[in-house]
Amino acid sequence: MSEVLAENPVLSYLRQDRLPHIWCPGCGIGTTVNCFARALKESGLDMNKVVVVSGIGCTGRVAGYMNLDSFHTTHGRPIPFATGLKLANPELKVVVYSGDGDLSAIGGNHFVHAARRNMDIMVVCVTNFTYGMTGGQVAPTTPIGATQTTMPYGNFENPFNLPFLADACGAVYVARWTVFHVRQLARAMKEGLAKKGFVFIEALAPCPTLYSRRNKLGDGVDQLKYYKEKSAIKNGADTKEAALSFQGDIIVGKFVDRERPTWLDAMNRHYSNVFQGKYRPYGQPYGVSNAKD
Amino acid sequence: MKADPKGVLTGVHFMDGDHAACEGALAAGCRFAAGYPITPSTEVVERFASRIPLIGGVFIQLEDEIASSIAIQGAVWAGKKAMTVTSGPGLSLMMEHVGLAAITETPCVFVDVQRGGPSTGLPTLPAQGDMMQVKWGSHGDYEIIALSPNSPQECFDLMIKAFNLAEIYRAPVFFMMDEVVGHMTERVHIPEASAIEIVERRWTKKRPGEYRVYESGADLVPEMVKAGDAYRIHVTGLTHDEKGYPVMNAAAQGKMVQRLMDKIRLRKDELVDVRREALEGAEIVVVSFGITSRVAGRAIAEARRKGVKVGHLRLVVAWPFPSAVIQDLAKRVKAFVVPELNMGQMALEVERAAFGRAPVVSVPHAGGTVHEPQAILDKILEAAR
Repeated sequence: MSEVLAENPVLSYLRQDRLPHIWCPGCGIGTTVNCFARALKESGLDMNKVVVVSGIGCTGRVAGYMNLDSFHTTHGRPIPFATGLKLANPELKVVVYSGDGDLSAIGGNHFVHAARRNMDIMVVCVTNFTYGMTGGQVAPTTPIGATQTTMPYGNFENPFNLPFLADACGAVYVARWTVFHVRQLARAMKEGLAKKGFVFIEALAPCPTLYSRRNKLGDGVDQLKYYKEKSAIKNGADTKEAALSFQGDIIVGKFVDRERPTWLDAMNRHYSNVFQGKYRPYGQPYGVSNAKD
Repeated sequence: MKADPKGVLTGVHFMDGDHAACEGALAAGCRFAAGYPITPSTEVVERFASRIPLIGGVFIQLEDEIASSIAIQGAVWAGKKAMTVTSGPGLSLMMEHVGLAAITETPCVFVDVQRGGPSTGLPTLPAQGDMMQVKWGSHGDYEIIALSPNSPQECFDLMIKAFNLAEIYRAPVFFMMDEVVGHMTERVHIPEASAIEIVERRWTKKRPGEYRVYESGADLVPEMVKAGDAYRIHVTGLTHDEKGYPVMNAAAQGKMVQRLMDKIRLRKDELVDVRREALEGAEIVVVSFGITSRVAGRAIAEARRKGVKVGHLRLVVAWPFPSAVIQDLAKRVKAFVVPELNMGQMALEVERAAFGRAPVVSVPHAGGTVHEPQAILDKILEAAR
């Protein structure tokens, strides 16, 4: 019998009464959650003020495992739910944590508009190139040539390059890492939590049960080997160059880190000009005391 | 508690129903609205957008009605009172989030200024064709509440009631206007804030650790907390237990769905709000709601001049349906006449409640304008024969 030497350092960030989780052996989502918990731990944020919002799907289950205020919403709609949360109480740090299908297919419209508005939320997108929960259908991220149940003869549809999309729409922070790059991913999440504005972090993760198996790519470890061998770190790379292909080269790194006024800052600044002294700036950003109220 | 004076535009105004509805929401304490432009409802959010900066709150025009109908729910869980405003096509897009509000018990108000349908239909012209959609539109079983104002004054008064009912029952509440009520301009009296009764959210007094997000007492309505208050709640659209955790089995489903239904069904009597006019000794009772109640008024007056004993029952709260009132009347009236700006939706409910004890004469109208009073009069006279 082995002795328990130390508690897992991120255990208190998880709802332990909900474990074990539903994810398959070799799935990468849990690894991203570990990175997220570490980022939370190092963020210095008050965990009572951090809220996680998920949509539907395998990654959509993340909200339910975090020991935070957490909302598991409808398919594709975590971003507008998060928008309501953030605007109603700007003191909250709001994180959207969902999958590539949820965020870029059914939720694609909300994604582009929240980035355009520079809504002050951090979006973590776990990209596993498939719809895992429903049995492995083609996603907007599925590379050309990969086989999925609804592309039984191989995908012929052009996939999204999500960092490029987020960049083009105005996200202030855009990064991509894989679950092989756990330290970099955790660091990106920590930076994202400290950043004001629309943050987009894409985490490539294996789906051994559906994506890998159907494409004869081995198990979760084989995908990690692929990430290790084919990833090139290019911080500051032009996102246009960051498109992915079937088992091809992967450009990872922090691509965008810039400043733009958030939607709420722009509103407050604008109304302060329009209404002069009659306007009382709305809300308090995270970390500002409400003491004067 | 009393209304916050910041949101109350006390005075006598000449105002249309859309604007009065917005003033009602502001008086009720609504401080977050999200919407997408759609005729004939847009004036509600236009006014909200112009009024809210100096009251203190947020309006955001989102990319579609789907986003709007869930952003308000995020705002509610962050502590605000919130509404979205739309018309037929937008309402259709919102249906999934009606279900979300029902299953997560998120108090919020959906304003629907009805226009002719189906599909794009008649964007600028009235109808009352969404009455069944708001009752049944989202999948699965749940209960909602729907109010039906018939004047700008009622758009103000009943909007306050709509927000209050949302808080009392923790259910989505529909505010069923129509193009005519929305665009007609009349005298609207807005009282002092101190004369407006507001229902505050049922905040729990329990501490984190003791509190369970879907635990309820005798009235079956759970107490609420908001994000950021250290309760670390989990809220999901999946079937869940009292902790809010997903549970995928028939027993949990049965328990949860039953409570969602019962919290409204078992207190239906408290929710019934009808206006009764001359029902004593009436041989014919006209059942109406919204703008049609005002058109029916003329037909009823005319029928009385012709010697027919006509009573008028107006549904202020359309859902839950006042079945007991109809059942009672059915024992003693000759017939019901139900005019509505649709092809006979609420007439089905009257028929169900009357249970064959009295015939129900539907006076359908596909919308685009209101009924000719003569059309209603003809049916009253026919039913009286």
